[in-house]
Amino acid sequence: MLNTFIGDAGHFSVIVAFVAATVAAYAYYAAARNQPLGESDASWLRIGRGAFIVHGLAVFSVVICLFTIIHSHRYEYYYAWSHSSNHLPVEYMISCFWEGQEGSFLLWIFWQVLLGFGIMRYHRRWEAPVMTVFAGVQLFLTSMILGVVLGGVKIGSSPFILLRDFLTDLPVFKLNPDFVPKDGTGLNALLQNYWMVIHPPTLFLGFALTLVPFAFAIAGLWKGEFTKWVRPALRWTLVGGLVLGVGIMMGAYWAYETLNFGGYWNWDPVENAVYIPWLVLVASLHGLVLWQRSRTALRTSFVLVIATFLLVLYATFLTRSGVLGNASVHSFTDLGLSGQLIIYLAAFVVVAIGLLVWRWKTIPVSEKELTTYNSELWVFVGATVLCLGAFQVLVTTSIPVYNAFLGFIGIKSNLALPADQIQHYTKIQLWMGVGVAFFSGLAQIMWWQKNNKESLTSSLTVPGILTLLGAALVILLVQYFGLKMSITYIVLLTTALFGVLANLSMVITLMKRKVSLSGGGIAHIGIALMLLGILASAGYSNIISQNVSGLLYSREFDETTNRDNVLLWRNDKAQMGPYEVSYTGQYFDAPGVPGYVNKQLLFRTADEYKALARADIKRGDKVYYKAGDTVDILPENTYYRVEYKHRETGETFTLYPRGQVNEEMGEGLLASPDIKKFLDHDIYSHISAVPPPDKEKDWSEVKEHVLSLGDTIYLNDYFAVFRGVEPAHQTAGLGLAKGDLAIQGDFLVYGEKKQYHVHPVFVVRNRMIGRVPDEVEDLGLRLTFLNVDPSNSKFTFGVSTTQKDYIILKAVEKPFINLLWSGTLLMAVGFCMALYKRRRDVDVAELPVPEEAVKAPRPRPIQQKRQVA
Amino acid sequence: MKKAHILAIAVIAVAIGIIMSAAGDASVYVSFREARERAADGNLTKVHVVGRLPRDGQQNILGLEYNPVQDPNYFAFTLVDTNRIAQRVIYFNPKPQDFDKSEQVVITGAMRNDIFVADKILLKCPSKYVEKDIEGATASIN
Repeated sequence: MLNTFIGDAGHFSVIVAFVAATVAAYAYYAAARNQPLGESDASWLRIGRGAFIVHGLAVFSVVICLFTIIHSHRYEYYYAWSHSSNHLPVEYMISCFWEGQEGSFLLWIFWQVLLGFGIMRYHRRWEAPVMTVFAGVQLFLTSMILGVVLGGVKIGSSPFILLRDFLTDLPVFKLNPDFVPKDGTGLNALLQNYWMVIHPPTLFLGFALTLVPFAFAIAGLWKGEFTKWVRPALRWTLVGGLVLGVGIMMGAYWAYETLNFGGYWNWDPVENAVYIPWLVLVASLHGLVLWQRSRTALRTSFVLVIATFLLVLYATFLTRSGVLGNASVHSFTDLGLSGQLIIYLAAFVVVAIGLLVWRWKTIPVSEKELTTYNSELWVFVGATVLCLGAFQVLVTTSIPVYNAFLGFIGIKSNLALPADQIQHYTKIQLWMGVGVAFFSGLAQIMWWQKNNKESLTSSLTVPGILTLLGAALVILLVQYFGLKMSITYIVLLTTALFGVLANLSMVITLMKRKVSLSGGGIAHIGIALMLLGILASAGYSNIISQNVSGLLYSREFDETTNRDNVLLWRNDKAQMGPYEVSYTGQYFDAPGVPGYVNKQLLFRTADEYKALARADIKRGDKVYYKAGDTVDILPENTYYRVEYKHRETGETFTLYPRGQVNEEMGEGLLASPDIKKFLDHDIYSHISAVPPPDKEKDWSEVKEHVLSLGDTIYLNDYFAVFRGVEPAHQTAGLGLAKGDLAIQGDFLVYGEKKQYHVHPVFVVRNRMIGRVPDEVEDLGLRLTFLNVDPSNSKFTFGVSTTQKDYIILKAVEKPFINLLWSGTLLMAVGFCMALYKRRRDVDVAELPVPEEAVKAPRPRPIQQKRQVA
Repeated sequence: MKKAHILAIAVIAVAIGIIMSAAGDASVYVSFREARERAADGNLTKVHVVGRLPRDGQQNILGLEYNPVQDPNYFAFTLVDTNRIAQRVIYFNPKPQDFDKSEQVVITGAMRNDIFVADKILLKCPSKYVEKDIEGATASIN
């Protein structure tokens, strides 16, 4: 049944949300206009509040409508049809929600509603000007999902569009406008991963969080309060840095686990678009801390906080306007919103930069000159390094934008992204890493003590010596294992070690005084460990699936090229690096059964989500399905079982790299790796190719054999014994009726590794003969029960053979990748500790204290605690 | 303000360096003719070429060569660029599985001898919505 009510309700809510955001923006603006900070026009403020609450409720209603449409499989709606399907588990329905552009905008809007409510509740003094910015941003974002045509101009793309309005040309809608598809086209299999349930909300929360410090900075500029915004902004920036940083690394981990480009970072514009604002955000965090402690770098803080938010908008423009075109594999599809996105971006760039220029001269600057012995100088240099790193990624990632811009003004440009992106980015980002590790270590030590030549030398001595010893040891070990280490790698190794050890020495000192002070140090150790993990896992990743057969087919080129993939025949052994590997068959995931179920144990039925068990499916002693039972399977994914055995240690493990043939999505084989994790390295392997799955197998011509009971025949190098004929017992898939006759031959085929029971079935129904052949995938054999000659007790069987099954596999060893993940965790812990330390900061500033008290110099807690020794 | 000036100059210098490196590393979209000219001039930098796959009347792609049993890391095909110049391309990796369906192909690499050696292939498949049949839709038409 076509149900237009819920879509209309949703669409109406979107319009209400848009209108309410507009009203809230204006009312808050009017409330704050011509008033000093902390005071506002009461009646306008009431209107603003009311409007923003209405906006929030409308957004919740939009979310509920959209989720209901997905959850109740209302395929009359384009969004549900194109992103979901009947068999999708509930947790992935949540990911459908934000798979599309509209849903991801909605997610972003939703987070900002929650944050706006938080501001209204906890930052009363700032409410009017900050919420003006908030509501202004909400206005723009809701306009992206508005889906209204005004004067021939389409504004926004609604998630509530009906399928028939989207696919207007489809003939079925001409015959039956109320047609509703039975099933959706499903969620991209690569997104059916638990990280995809949690990574996008985290990232969008991070995006939303960058708005808070930005709104405070704008409010500060507007109201001429150049310093008081720093406290609330700092805390929110810390939250943003944590959430965005963790979100990025979740994405990296998802890519590592799910995609098959061989790593966790691909320098794809979509990844870069998040990485750039995060770097600038972290730089702005340091600027704010500098102001809070030393009353310096205020202008820098303004610039960086504003830049962070504008870069988030720019990232949105890059990934959603279609400007990336060929340059990215996973940007959103172009919804024709580029004009709207440009207006959005331009509006905020103009307003923010305009305010900044207008107030620039009045923003206080510190008079004192920083000396080499000021830790502030080195923090500042470190933040500059971060910004330069961000700048490089920005300049390169924007190449498609230059083309589009030049094309717009009539100049044809054919610039393309660098052919070797990894090399291009690495040559600068590596040095950014060096700078970050070194300055974070140096500044951390100097931050907590009074510095002069003696004190600095003495506190640098121990970490310095340990660093040099450690680096020397690592270099020797690397050479001992026969690997080369370039000078840049040595520099990165040494500075990263220094970053770990210098920060560690400070953390140990601080732990004795007050644990919560060491948040910064711990986050820095995390970053330095991440750098070491990246250096080891990316710099020394080792392809073990290189073609070592010695057979190089001389074609056009004599020289050897990288031949990184090996072909594994089913059940044959092959040498790969230190391992002996064999591919031993295809498996399915059957929910409820631990591990995977061999495809050969399953008889597929017309319903591709159901199969019949051909034998007991058990794990240990526990039987999950008896022979003949119907087994629920997830047919999208095939898991290719690959056994590894280390030739020296004899250690064995099994990996199941995944392949998905999804013709509907037009993407061919989607391969996902399987990863064996060891403490000091990972073995990462994925399928590169399989025999063409969409083609019917090429069977040889049927060879007939007339057999008597007990005969032995040779079938394609294997011998088989014809043991007898019995009533067919696996007939559930045949739909036999009473009076039908079904018998099966019983063969025992001796394969290389094991024996196979083969049961071709012969059916007689209403004098019609049916034959159900049986196949041994392992051996590439198919037997058909052709005929029965009862008088002579002779039976005729047809045998045909096909090419044996194979996979093409790539396997890579990634040393010490765990340093990257554990460094990420440590960084997150450090951020949390820093937040905990500042948990009361805002409350003090936000208490409605009398004006005199606010003006009186407050004690600066950090400065007091600085006198360590 | 001396240190600030030094820092500012250093930052500007690095920023210029970064822009130069981006300009130097940026690749270009070219035709096969230009790719050949570059190779003839000894310029071995990698370029991007956009093209289509030649097909016969039955929509079968002409000139595909991939025999994984013999060599899984050798895939050769012919690409016709936007100026209708055909060029043999080889790719020392397994054949991308969705290659047959692709409408447009972007390759990255350089000419070597008379052959374009690609090290990256980007496929543009027909839009998800164009060829789509809705299951059940055909049934209700008949």
